Amino acid sequence: MFEVVAFYLFAFLTIAMFSITVMTKNALYALSSLAAGMIFISAFFFLLGAEFLGAVQIVVYTGAVMALYAFGMMFFDSIKEIKESPKNPRLTFMLTGIISLIVVFIFIAPIIGANVTAHYPVGMAAELYGTIDGNTQDIGVVLFTKYLVPFEVAAVMLLVAMIGGIILSGKKMDVSITKISEEDLDKQHMGQSAQIELEEKDHK
Amino acid sequence: MSITLNDYLILSTIIFMIGMFGVFKRTNLLMLFFSTEIMLNAVNIGMAAISKFHGDLTGQMFAFFIIAIAASEVAVGLGLLVLWYKKHNNIDLTTMTSMKG
Repeated sequence: MFEVVAFYLFAFLTIAMFSITVMTKNALYALSSLAAGMIFISAFFFLLGAEFLGAVQIVVYTGAVMALYAFGMMFFDSIKEIKESPKNPRLTFMLTGIISLIVVFIFIAPIIGANVTAHYPVGMAAELYGTIDGNTQDIGVVLFTKYLVPFEVAAVMLLVAMIGGIILSGKKMDVSITKISEEDLDKQHMGQSAQIELEEKDHK
Repeated sequence: MSITLNDYLILSTIIFMIGMFGVFKRTNLLMLFFSTEIMLNAVNIGMAAISKFHGDLTGQMFAFFIIAIAASEVAVGLGLLVLWYKKHNNIDLTTMTSMKG
């Protein structure tokens, strides 16, 4: 009973939050409702007995990704209202098509899945080591045996992404915009726009 | 009455569709990124649900790798976005037509 109530409560909250993210014209509302939705999603992971995944969801998404977006938004004009694309007539058509396709797959999925046997059953660590530490130990056993190579590759990928992010956003970071005088800044902007115009002329 | 696998998968589909609606609708690139995050999270819910109802941990493992990919995507994508904003002073998708022949 508790599970049913919790499922419907968090389902409603998550859908409401993500709808705000998609619909709103204010970038700050979108950011905060997205962060809220991420936390509500972690509730599903706790309900499903994946405690470690729920904790990682909170730490990575609301801790790291949202903070990164918040810092990134300082570069952009976030108070300005967001422009939307003009009405797209194909939108409803495509959405309904894809939704019906996915719903069909959902209802045949349990039939296909009935014959699937678990290679890495839940509670494997308890059987192997005789301890009952739950989900976290299970995850550790599987992650460091079968999924060791993907784990290492993911680590390298994160390193590459980190270096890429630093190099991309760190360009011209040695020039402080706040310390430049107004005239110099105007000159720089003029120079930039003139350069862009020149490039466009070249292009034509 | 209890929650079955189908309930979780339908919830996952609804959230995925919200994200896809955002991808179709938005022209601001930052908002487009938010929509892709929503879609990745929807898939994570589905993975965790299948992992629970089949009693197999593989679904949770894939959810972890999806989280890692989402994190690196944000790092690189936001770097590129900042670069574009410094150069062109907006992040509107409709203005990114410089490759048009």
